Amino acid sequence: MLKIKNLTKIYEGGVLALDNVSFEVPKGQFLAIIGLSGSGKSTLLRCINRLIEPTSGEIYWNDINITAASDDELRTIRRKIGMVFQHFNLVHRSSVLTNVLSGRLGYVNPAMSIFNRFPKSDIENAYKQLERVGIADKAHSRADELSGGQQQRVGIARAMIQNPEIILADEPVASLDPVLAHSIMQYLEKINQEDGVTVLCSLHFLDLVHRYADRVVALNEGKLMFEGPPDEIDDAKFKDIYGKDAERVG
Amino acid sequence: MKNKKPNFMRSLGLGLGILAALVIYAYGFQVTKVNLAETKSERRQTQLVRILRALAKPEIFAYERDEFTVSLPVMVPCPESGFTPPEPDKSGPYLVMTPACADPRERVIIEGFNFDPFSTGPINFMPADSDVSLQLGTMKVDQNGYFQAEIRLSNRPNDKVQEIHAITRHNIGAPHLTRTAYDTWDKIIETVFLALLATTFGTLLAIPLSFFAARNLMKDISSTLISTSLSILFIPVGVYIGIKAAYWASVISGFLTGNPLYILASFIVLPLLIWLGVRVALPPQEHTRPPLRVRTLRTIILIGVSFAFVLTLYLISYLGLTAGGYLAGHMGSFGFLGSFLRDLSDILNMIITALVALASAGVFSSLAGRLGIVLGRTPEALIRILQTVLAVVAGALLFFLLMAILNWFYEFRNYVALHTYAAIIGGIAGLVLGLTVHPKASLPTGMVIYYGSRTIFNALRSIEPLVMAIVFVVWVGIGPFAGSMALALHTIAALGKLYSEQVESIQAGPIEAVQATGANRLQTIVYGVVPQIVPPYISFTMYRWDINVRMSTIIGFAGGGGIGFLLQQNINLLNYRAASAQMLAIAIVVASMDYLSSKMREKIV
Repeated sequence: MLKIKNLTKIYEGGVLALDNVSFEVPKGQFLAIIGLSGSGKSTLLRCINRLIEPTSGEIYWNDINITAASDDELRTIRRKIGMVFQHFNLVHRSSVLTNVLSGRLGYVNPAMSIFNRFPKSDIENAYKQLERVGIADKAHSRADELSGGQQQRVGIARAMIQNPEIILADEPVASLDPVLAHSIMQYLEKINQEDGVTVLCSLHFLDLVHRYADRVVALNEGKLMFEGPPDEIDDAKFKDIYGKDAERVG
Repeated sequence: MKNKKPNFMRSLGLGLGILAALVIYAYGFQVTKVNLAETKSERRQTQLVRILRALAKPEIFAYERDEFTVSLPVMVPCPESGFTPPEPDKSGPYLVMTPACADPRERVIIEGFNFDPFSTGPINFMPADSDVSLQLGTMKVDQNGYFQAEIRLSNRPNDKVQEIHAITRHNIGAPHLTRTAYDTWDKIIETVFLALLATTFGTLLAIPLSFFAARNLMKDISSTLISTSLSILFIPVGVYIGIKAAYWASVISGFLTGNPLYILASFIVLPLLIWLGVRVALPPQEHTRPPLRVRTLRTIILIGVSFAFVLTLYLISYLGLTAGGYLAGHMGSFGFLGSFLRDLSDILNMIITALVALASAGVFSSLAGRLGIVLGRTPEALIRILQTVLAVVAGALLFFLLMAILNWFYEFRNYVALHTYAAIIGGIAGLVLGLTVHPKASLPTGMVIYYGSRTIFNALRSIEPLVMAIVFVVWVGIGPFAGSMALALHTIAALGKLYSEQVESIQAGPIEAVQATGANRLQTIVYGVVPQIVPPYISFTMYRWDINVRMSTIIGFAGGGGIGFLLQQNINLLNYRAASAQMLAIAIVVASMDYLSSKMREKIV
């Protein structure tokens, strides 16, 4: 259970990115976060693992207060929260395997990891995760030799090797074509359904939301505009979320 | 369109701008003493031509030369009875003077026949009463073996028969390398290695330091006042303990090296102990945080392991010194390998104390910082009191140490009072901070370190390597060692800045991704930052090597060894052909290094 209470983020320079946002995500849910660009979706996701420090408000995860955690505690929390990014954020010059193994950095002994030593079990696990996303043969390629869709699958493998309880996906398919988008979303769906991982996924396209999400949270200029199942987004709600001039397509 | 200036005003502005530029350039001409009259003077022009021609002919190859003298008896002045020279042997080269005798300082024509075509050489006058030879002119033989030269006879009147010599020189055999070429080769090799050492050591230090001068890595580092104060307070404590520990390790190693059996035993036991300690204290991975008791035990084991490690380093350096000394004496022309081993061991021995002190300062400081975080959980009133007390002490200590550094340079007379004042000012600053800063507020520690290291880099970089070379020449004596130390120091500063700017320009995404997995700061650097900076670091390092080769020419001027020494000597001796050979050598080295570095970058990027 993830509980977000009165979360507010004001960036330096006074931009209000999140305005008193509160909602809850039960364990095992596939939650979609929608809203226009700049509505605060990325900020919200990054506040959850504190890649961005919230200005005020609290985030509870299984009764642990993430916002109050010390640096050490935060690292222990982060290793249970996987993250998938719009631009994949792989280290281009490292091999695919190293990129996946970097998901274990929170667990392994820091001194050993500096010399690129990982336990055998982790290396086996990394191959298994790559196999699961269908690119086991690319394990020793350099990350930047892969296509966009393949890179995002490495990103998912990296998140999954963390053995996470939550996955934060920040527009994971926005840089991919529609066919690839569906295949990536299907991986996330599989992780959600087979492993029971809670998924928070920000999305642009409503058809993806309808197809994959259990529940939707909508943001507009940092404010929570809507919370509920995808079917409840009618035309009036749509205009609340995307503005008066927006037109529904498809 | 409203805020557009009227056309007239814009033209006026432009006109004034051009006028100002003209005045600036006019002043520039005056200041740089532009003197066109000199460039037109004939004397200067002949000198220029001479130098340019010398520079165009680097003194690398020379021929063995054969000298052949053709002589002609002459009378200066003419005797009253007249003078007819003996009939020359016309089968070989011979000379004819017209007229056959003349007064001193008179102009005559010398003709030569049957000389080697196109040969050149001097025409000398050999006075009868001395051994000197006076050059009258030069001959340039045409394709038929004939030359004609108009000369003025020397003012050496004598009633005996005197001689005029025409000396032809011709090259024999294949060209050979000159003395200059050998010297240049020796020195350019010295220069390349001088630059290599300077670049290597400079780079080794610049890489870790560059991270401290990268804004994107440092801006997130912050700590509370209480942590910061504790960290500062424990730096000297750590340094002291580190020095003591290194001292005890050296004492023990001194005892162990007394007996070969002990040495053998230590080399079996110590690595085993270290290996075991690491296995026990650093488990490969953990899912939950172990209890305090276990963590304390592990810390103690790690301290023991570190001590054993330092002891091993001392033993290694002892072995290296002994073995190196032995090999240097017994390996003949490969003795330099032995000396190398000995010098490396000596360097190791010299820097162990500094390294241990530095590491121990870092460990103690970071542990104290963590203690500060724990203390930060106590009630707020208590923290306020604690942070104020600690800030006062830390401030006083910091200013005291700064004053001690200043005192070292300037040797103040009333240093006791000055140190007290400094400590009081620091204490007051700490007090003000302690009273005003909120206990939970985070101070930008990282940015302080960032600006500090930037300032040090900039200050070091602005000191010319030439000046550094002078300081090092005073310390270690004239020679390439001083030069490489000076260049290494300058390399640290210059590369530190360039590297840190590369770190600042890397993609933030991968770093964010690595952080999100729960990696700590060091892991983030190793997995998110390092792979991204490898190519620019390599190309900057190669470029720096190239700069160091070129700079070592300047360093040589101050006694820093390398080819610069030779170059300067030859310039001072006006031996431009030799100087040209050295410049050519530098150009070849720089060009080939450019080629090499581009090849390497292709391979690695």
